[in-house]
Amino acid sequence: MSTITPLPVLTPKDFASDQEIRWCPRCGDYSILAQVKKILPTLGVPREKFVFVSGIGCSSRFPYYLNTYGVHGIHGRAPAIATGLKLSRPDLQVWVITGDGDALSIGGNHLLHAIRRNVNLKILLFNNQIYGLTKGQYSPTSPQGQKTKSTPFGAVDRPLSPLSVAIGAGATFAARSVDVDIQHLTMVLERAAHHEGTAFVEVYQDCNVFNTGAFEYASDKATKNEHCIYLEQGKPLVFGKQGERGVRLNGKGLPEIVDVASIASDDLLFHDEQADDPSHAFRLAQMRWPLSPEPMGVFRAVSRPTFDGAVVQQVQDVEAKLGPGNLDELFAGAETWEVV
Amino acid sequence: MTALVDTAPERPLESLESVVIRFCGDSGDGMQLAGTQFTNVSAAFGNDVSTLPDFPAEIRAPAGSLAGVSGYQLCFSSHEIFTPGDEVDTLVAMNPAALKTNLGDLRSGGTLIVNSDAFDKGNLTKAHYSSDPLSDAQVTSSYNLHTVPMTRLTRDAVEGLGLSQREADRCKNFFALGLVYWLYDRDPGPTREWILEKFGKKPQFAEANLRALQAGVNYGDSTESFTTHYRVAPAKLPPGRYRKIMGNEALAYAMAAAAKLSGKELFYAGYPITPASDILHNLAELKNFGIKTFQAEDEISAVTSAVGASFGGAIAVTASSGPGIALKGEGLGLAVMTELPLVVIDVQRGGPSTGLPTKTEQSDLLMTMYGRNGDCPMPVLAAQSPGDCFTMMLEAIRLAVGFMTPVFLLTDGYIANGAEPWSIPKISDLEPIEIKHPTSPPTNENAYLPYLRDERLVRPWAIPGTPGLEHRIGGIEKADVTGNICYDAENHEHMTRIRRQKVANIADAIPPQTVEGPASGDVLLVSWGGTFGAVRTAAAEARRRGESVAHCHLRYLNPFPRNLGTILSRYRRVLVPELNSGQLRMILRSTFLVDAIGVNKVQGKPFLVNELLKAIEHAVVK
Ligand SMILES: Cc1ncc(C[n+]2csc(CCOP(=O)(O)OP(=O)(O)O)c2C)c(N)n1
Ligand code: SF4
Repeated sequence: MSTITPLPVLTPKDFASDQEIRWCPRCGDYSILAQVKKILPTLGVPREKFVFVSGIGCSSRFPYYLNTYGVHGIHGRAPAIATGLKLSRPDLQVWVITGDGDALSIGGNHLLHAIRRNVNLKILLFNNQIYGLTKGQYSPTSPQGQKTKSTPFGAVDRPLSPLSVAIGAGATFAARSVDVDIQHLTMVLERAAHHEGTAFVEVYQDCNVFNTGAFEYASDKATKNEHCIYLEQGKPLVFGKQGERGVRLNGKGLPEIVDVASIASDDLLFHDEQADDPSHAFRLAQMRWPLSPEPMGVFRAVSRPTFDGAVVQQVQDVEAKLGPGNLDELFAGAETWEVV
Repeated sequence: MTALVDTAPERPLESLESVVIRFCGDSGDGMQLAGTQFTNVSAAFGNDVSTLPDFPAEIRAPAGSLAGVSGYQLCFSSHEIFTPGDEVDTLVAMNPAALKTNLGDLRSGGTLIVNSDAFDKGNLTKAHYSSDPLSDAQVTSSYNLHTVPMTRLTRDAVEGLGLSQREADRCKNFFALGLVYWLYDRDPGPTREWILEKFGKKPQFAEANLRALQAGVNYGDSTESFTTHYRVAPAKLPPGRYRKIMGNEALAYAMAAAAKLSGKELFYAGYPITPASDILHNLAELKNFGIKTFQAEDEISAVTSAVGASFGGAIAVTASSGPGIALKGEGLGLAVMTELPLVVIDVQRGGPSTGLPTKTEQSDLLMTMYGRNGDCPMPVLAAQSPGDCFTMMLEAIRLAVGFMTPVFLLTDGYIANGAEPWSIPKISDLEPIEIKHPTSPPTNENAYLPYLRDERLVRPWAIPGTPGLEHRIGGIEKADVTGNICYDAENHEHMTRIRRQKVANIADAIPPQTVEGPASGDVLLVSWGGTFGAVRTAAAEARRRGESVAHCHLRYLNPFPRNLGTILSRYRRVLVPELNSGQLRMILRSTFLVDAIGVNKVQGKPFLVNELLKAIEHAVVK
C-alpha cells in the first residue's frame, strides 16, 4: 500500500527571500509582489518547481524578492530565456516578469513569439507607462503628448496597447488588472496561474517617482467604477456606480455607451472570454480611457495546445516510431568502407 | 555492375597518385551533386579525399551569368592528403560562365571538358566573352581540351521516356559524371543505386538519369576523344571503418553523443544562417537521440533560450555565423556572469556585416575572444577539419559543463561543407561526460550558496526542482559565494579576477601543444582552424625540400596550452598563416611578446599550399 505524502502547507512567508527590497517607497511593484506571494502557496506546486524569469527594469528585480528559483536576465529577453527553460523543463511552472519598455520595446520580438507559440508561461507585464530604472524616459505605452526627460515637449509617437498586441499575436489568455486593486489582481493572477498556455497579464503599476497617478482613474476606489468595466464571463458590459451604464454595438459594429435603463438588457454587449474568434477580445482591448470606459479582468481565455507540450509530444511520437536512436548506426551513416 | 576496365581493353590505364577534379556550371546544373557523388564513390573505393564546394551567394542568379556559377572541387589520392588541392587537373565546365570563372585554376596541360552545346551566343555574351574561347588558340594549346555536346547527347539518351526538354536537360550532370567516372576508372554502381533510391517514386526520372550516366561512361569508352584513362589506388589510411563526413554533420553527431554520454538532454537553439543552418537541419532529425531543437525568432532568442535551458539543467548549444554571433554578444555576457555551461558554435564566413555568406574566412577570432562588454572571458576552441568537428564539439561540451562556462567553438564555411574520410568512432569507446547537480540542501539553516567554488574555482550547478536549493542568478554583479546582487567595488574586482582565473585554469584540463617537424629550427608555422590541411601540407613539403620548418596547429585558443610559449621560443621565425588580417598573430604577439609574422589571405578562399610555400621560402631566406 502506498501512502500519499501530503505537501507541506506553505504560506506567503515561505516565498519571501532574504533580500532587502529596493523599490522606491510606494512603488506599485510592492503590491504586485504581495499578491503574487499570496497566491503561490495556493497553487499546489512545490516551491522548488517555480522559476521567475525577468528582463531588466525596476519590475525585473522581482525574482530576487521571492525564495523560488529565479533568473534576472537581460533587457527584453525574459520570454526567450523562459521559452528555453520551459522547453527543456516542462515540469516547472515558469513566470515572466517584465516592464512596458522591457516587453514592448527592446523585447517586442520575443514577447510576440512566446505568445504566438503559446508557450506555457505566465507573463506579467508591469505597465507604468515610463522607463523607471533609467529614470524617466517615455515608453512605448506612454500617451501621446506625455512630457518626460526624453520628450520635454511631449511624446509625438503613438503608444501601443499591450493587450491589443497580445491578442493580435494570438494570446490564449489575456487579462488586465491594477497594482492596488488587491482582490481583482489576486483573481486575475489566480486565473493566469491556472491557464495552460501563455497567460499574458498587463498590470497597471504606479511609478511613484516618475509617473505617479497615471492610473488613478482605475485605482481610485471612489471613482474607478465610473471609468472601468469589470469583465465577467457571460455578463453584459456595464459600469458606473450602480452599473447604470453599459456598452452595446452600434450598426457599424462599434461599441457605444448607453443607459442600461433605456434599452432592453439583451441588446447590451455580453462578455465572452472563450470566444474562438479573437475579435471580441480585441475590440475590448481597443477601448481605452479617457476615450471610453476601460475593461478590466480576463479578456480572453481559450484552450489551445501549448508549444512545450507539442514539442514533447513530437519527440515522443518520433521515439515511438523510430525507437531510441542508435549512435553507432548514426555515426556509420549510409556508406562505409573498411581499411585493413 | 560491369567494371569499366573490362569494356575498354584497348585504352591504356595509367596510375596516378592523386587527382584534383572540379565540376563547375550554372547553379541549376547539379554540380554539387556530381561532386558529392564522385567524392562518395572515391571515398568508398578507399582513396583519401578532401573537398571544397563553392556556392554562389545568390540562390537564383540569372542562368548563364557569372554570379550564378557553382563549383565543387575534390582531391582524391592514394596517400594521405589534407587539402582539396591547389591546382585543378581536370576541369568540367558546363557553360561559358563556368569556364570563365574557373579556367584560371586549371593547371597548364590539364584536362578541360566542356559542354560545347552551352557555348551559344547568348551564353557567351552573359559570360562577357567576345569570341568563342573554345576556338581560342591560347585555350586549345594550353589544355587538353575535350568539347562534348553534352546537352544533345543527354537528350538523345533519354529520348522516348516522355521527358520535357527541360527535364531531359537536367540529367546532363549525370552525363558529365559518367564521363569522368570512365576517365578515372570509377565504379558507377553506387551512383546507380543512389539514383534508384532518390527517384524511386518517379521511375522515368530514375531511368533518365541512369541512361545519362551510362551515356557519359559510353562516350568516354567509345569515342576516340580520350586516349588514356587513369586509376588512383586506394590510400593507406590507418585501419578501421571509415565514412565520409562533413563538418556540420560531425557537430550534430557529437551533440547526439554528448546527450548519450552524459545521460542528459541536449537543447539546441538556432536561427537560420549560412553556413551554420545545416547544424539545425541535421539535429532536427535526431529527436530520438535525446535532442530538442528550437528554431528561435532571432539569434538573441537562440542564445538566451539556451541560457534558460542550461539553467534548467540541459546541455545547451547554439550556433550561428558572424552576424548572428554579433547579436549573441549580450546573451553570452549573461552566460559568463551566471556561470552556466553553454557551447556557442561560430561557423565563420567572410565579413564584416553580411560579407561573403557562402565563402570561408577566419575573421571572427577577435570577436569571440574579446567581442563582449566588460572583462568577459570565454574559452575558445577551433576545429581543424570536418571530422575534427566531432572531437572538438565533444571537447567544448566537456569543458563547458566541467567548468561552468560558455565555450566558443570556431569552425568555418570550408570545414562545415567540406568532406573527408572519418574513422567511425564507437560510442562505447567514448569517455562518459560526468555531470553532478547538487541535490541536498545545506545542513545548517543558511541558504544555498550558488557561488561557492571548488578548488578550480568552478561553482555548483543546482537546478530548479531541487528542494532547498532555490536561488536567483542574473547579469548584475554578484557577491562572492552568496551570488546576491552586490555593487561593492572590491568585490567586483575580486569577481572579475575569479572569472578570468577560472577560464585560465582550463589550461590544466587540455592536452599540451604538439608540433609536427623539428622541435627547434628555422621556421615555425602556427595555425588554427580550417587552414590545418594546407599548412600541414606546406610544412611537410618544405621539409622534403630540406628546410627546417615545423608546424604547430592550435585547437585551443583560450586558454592556450601551457607549453605554447616555450614552443614559440625555439624557432628563429614564427609564421602565422590566417584567413584574416592577422588576428591570432596579434594575440600571440601580445601574449608572448614574440615577433610573429603574418601570412594573410582574405579572399573568401582557403590557402593554396603554394602560397604558403612561398611565404616559408621568404621567411627562410630573410
Ligand atoms: C541592452 C540594454 N539597453 C538599455 C538598457 C537600459 N535600461 C534598463 S531598464 C530600461 C527600461 C526599463 O523600463 P521598463 O521596462 O518600463 O521597466 P521599469 O523600470 O519601468 O519597471 C532600460 C532602457 C539595458 N539595461 N540594456
Ligand atoms: S522608479 Fe518607479 S517603478 Fe522604479 S522602483 Fe521607483 S517607483 Fe517603482
